[in-house]
Parts: sequence; C-alpha cells; structure tokens
Amino acid sequence: MTATTEVKISVRDVAKTFPVRTAPAQIAAIDGVSFDVRRGEFLVLVGPSGCGKSTLLDLIAGLTTPAAGEVLVDGRPITGPGLDRGVVFQQYALFPWRTAQANVEFGLEVKGFNRRQRAERARAVLDLVGLEQFGDRYPHQLSGGMKQRVAIARSLAYEPDVLLMDEPYAALDAQTRESLQEELLRIWRRTGTTIVFITHGIDEAVYLGERVAVMTSRPGRIKQFVDVRLDDPEPGEDPRSTPAFMAKRHEIWNLLHDEVLRAADLETRERLNEVA
Amino acid sequence: MTSTLEKPATTTAPSATAAAPAKTRRRFNRKWITSWIGVAVLLAAWQIVPSLGLVERTFLPPLTDVLHAWWGLASGGELWTDIHVSLQRSLSGFGIALGVGIPLGLLIGWYPIAAELLSPVMAIFLNTAAIALLPVFTLILGIGETSKISIIVYASLWPVLYNTISGVRNVDPLLVKSARSLGVRNLRLFQKVILPAAVPTIFTGVRLAGAASILVLITTEMVGAKAGLGYLILNSQFNFQIPQMYAGILTVSVIGVAFNYLLLSLERRFSTWRTA
Repeated sequence: MTATTEVKISVRDVAKTFPVRTAPAQIAAIDGVSFDVRRGEFLVLVGPSGCGKSTLLDLIAGLTTPAAGEVLVDGRPITGPGLDRGVVFQQYALFPWRTAQANVEFGLEVKGFNRRQRAERARAVLDLVGLEQFGDRYPHQLSGGMKQRVAIARSLAYEPDVLLMDEPYAALDAQTRESLQEELLRIWRRTGTTIVFITHGIDEAVYLGERVAVMTSRPGRIKQFVDVRLDDPEPGEDPRSTPAFMAKRHEIWNLLHDEVLRAADLETRERLNEVA
Repeated sequence: MTSTLEKPATTTAPSATAAAPAKTRRRFNRKWITSWIGVAVLLAAWQIVPSLGLVERTFLPPLTDVLHAWWGLASGGELWTDIHVSLQRSLSGFGIALGVGIPLGLLIGWYPIAAELLSPVMAIFLNTAAIALLPVFTLILGIGETSKISIIVYASLWPVLYNTISGVRNVDPLLVKSARSLGVRNLRLFQKVILPAAVPTIFTGVRLAGAASILVLITTEMVGAKAGLGYLILNSQFNFQIPQMYAGILTVSVIGVAFNYLLLSLERRFSTWRTA
C-alpha cells in the first residue's frame, strides 16, 4: 500500500527506567529498543502487559524523555510534544466540558485557526468518523464508541503526520471495536497518516497492521517483526478467518506466548516481594 | 450551626438534570411536589400544635400569629431595614471571600508545594468554627461593621479556598496529558484545561461559602448590633415579642434557603457536564 520507504520515525537504542518503591534500584521499562517506522506505515506493537508499550508511545509522543538513546521524527530528534504527532488514549481523554465539536476544535485552537476555519474543519472531520449529527453533544451523552471516534477526530483534525494510538479500542465491546477498526483502516488509506498502534489483541494487530512488532516482557525489547500484509479477502468473506490470517495470528501467538508467561511470573514475584 | 463548614464536600456531585429533558422534568416535578408536602406538614404542625394547647402558645405561637407579626414588621418598614443591613453585611463578606479565595486558590493549587504546605493549615481553619473566633475579631476590630464583615469573610473564605485548590489539584491527569500531547503548556494549559475542569468544584466551595456567610452573619448580629435580622431576633426575645422573634427566624430561614437555592442552580449550570 505504501510505495515509499522513507523513514518517518526512528527509535534508536532507547531505554527508559522508573524508580520503584520496593526495589532499591530503578526498573528498566524498556531497554535497547530500536526500530524504524516508514512514512505512511501502519505499525502495531503487541506485547505482554507491563512490557513498556505505553512508555514507548509516550517517548515518541514526546511526553517523556528517554534515559538513553533517541527518537527521531523526520530525521530530527524530538524535543517534546508537538502537533505533528497526535495521541489517542484508551480512556478517550475528551474534555467533558466541551461538546464533541469543541473537543475536535481543541487542537485547531492550539494551532491558531480562526473560528470559522475551526468549525469547518471540525465538521469535516466529524463527518469522516460518522458523527456529523453529534457535534453538539457532550461526551457524557455519547457511547464509548462515539467518544473514541471523537477522540480520533480530535487528533485527525489538525492533520498530524503521525497518529499514536494507545490501546484505543480496549474498552469497547466487540462489535464497536470491529467497526472502528474498519473505519480506522479507511481513514488511514484516505489520509496516508503514519500510525503506531498499541494493542494486546492479536486479531486486532493482524487485521490492522502492515507490520507487527512483538515485544518481550520487561524490560521491553522488540522480539521480532512480523509482516502481516495480507491480500484483500473475497467480497463477503470474513477477513479474520482466512487461512492466511489464521497463520499470521498463530505465528504472533507463538511469539507472544512465552513472553506472557514470563511477564505473569515476574508480576507474581513482585507482588510477593511487596507483601514481604 | 457550623456543621456545613465541617465538610469540604468536594465530592458532592450535582444530581442528574441534564440527560433527557422531558423525562427528567416530569420526574423533577414529582420530586418537587413530594418535597413541598414535607414543608406543608411542618407548617401545618406549627399551626395546629400550639392551637391545641400541646405546647405553650406563649413560647411557640401558631404560624398565623407569627405571620401576622411578620406582616406588622414588614408594613412598618423595620423588617426591610433589617433585611437590607443583613444582606449588605453577608453579601459584602461573601463577595470579598470569593474575590480573594478564588484567585488565591487557583494560584496555590497551581503550585503543588504551596498546596501541600498549606493544606493542613487550611484543614485546621476550615474545621474551626468561625464563631469561636468572634471574640478575637471583636477584640481586634471592635464591634462595628468591619469586624462583622471580617468574620463573614473569614468564615466564607475557607470553603472557597479549599475547594478551589482541590479543584485545581484534582484535575484528571489524563486530560492534562492529552492536552500536553498537543504541545499545550503553562498558562494555556491552565486556561484551557485546569480552570474549566475545576469550575464545578469551585462552585461547590462558593455554595458552601454562601451558607457560611449567612450562618455567621446572624450570630455576629446577636452580639452587639443595632440592626439586622440577628438583632431583630434577639431584641424581640429580650422584649418578649415572641411572634416577632419567630417572624425574624422565619425570614432568616427563607433568605438562607433562597440564597442556597440560587447558588445551587448556578453550581448545576456550571457543572452539567459532570453528570456522567
């Protein structure tokens, strides 16, 4: 789908540590992570819980700084958050005192658009996510799926080159999740935005991604990349049950399985230490 | 008397009024009627119990006698003078408390160290009945208007200050993170995220301050005043004008309820989005 091989994001030997109460030393959340994301690529990160996926995303977003290594966007080291990158959170993070439309306009206000430009743009983006009727609703009047659509619209509105999505669909029910996945692919094809998407759902990873990065348990490292570009399914066929899909799914499952066990073991031991 | 002051009540969420207007209105009407039945029973008991001689009429005259006395005071004009004087005192005190408390609270809340340093001190002031300090105020400022308004300022200041600080401090970190991911920082973050998020909590403080200003007002007017509703009540008792005393009490209660209702509807108006 993407013809260019131009590098958009470059993560180079990045490490991040956290202080913890129970341990005397700091804990390495991620360590020695290196990978490139091509312009317009859809990269999915999967890994056991606590492997530092979100930390990695925060680093690319510029919300935290690495303890070692660097993150480059368009070849330049990032110095902080910026409107060239948009973040979508699992918990939507909509401003509850703003209507859907006003939420979408938020980034445009920051970018300095005038009132008319903002309204026009916000309406167009709400239309893109199928919420043109709901611009005047407040977040508490919207369903979970609608809230996440607004959150995606808010990020798309100021046209970032990169969309960083941190388990955006984890809190949604299965049907809503599927329709939002489909919608995201449609938007991605239409806008050509580079997407880095975190999930713990293997199906979601295979369905959405062009490439899936499987991470190890803590300290998180990239274990392996799996190319998951699949041929379009026959019309009317369930894209998630083709043999090719199943094969990819199985491959990633195998890669993840040991890591998940290790992560669970790690967590058990830590909890025990905490009690002791 | 100062029981409302003892709770910071940062958690009092406004009851649901926003979602489905028609349905809510019908339910609201029913609730409204039900709550008035209670008041009607109370008033009826006030009329009947003394009339039947179940209590000494001299000490608790029937409601009609009280209303008659009230009418006498109202048409004679002295009631309006007292109301005017009292409202002037409590509103000036309340206004000054808001003018000082809200900006100061915003400032303190914005600097975590200031908030941590001052919270325990404020908890002490908040939980010390303002009336207990009345002798101190009288000692320093005499028995004139200054000392009366000062103690009202004092009593209303703490709830406003405390709630404003906690409103600023307890903004959902995810919202802050979300705004930060767009490169919003410092003053702009404060103006676009922190302040709007804190408004409902601030208004809770404003409402509590309103209640405090009236409670304290009456007491100060019972100690060395020549006009005002507290003076009217106490003076009537001295002169054994018991119906007049009750007329004063009734007026205070009506003003208190009305003021609280006004502030409550303001609070609701500013926090409709908080109803999840």
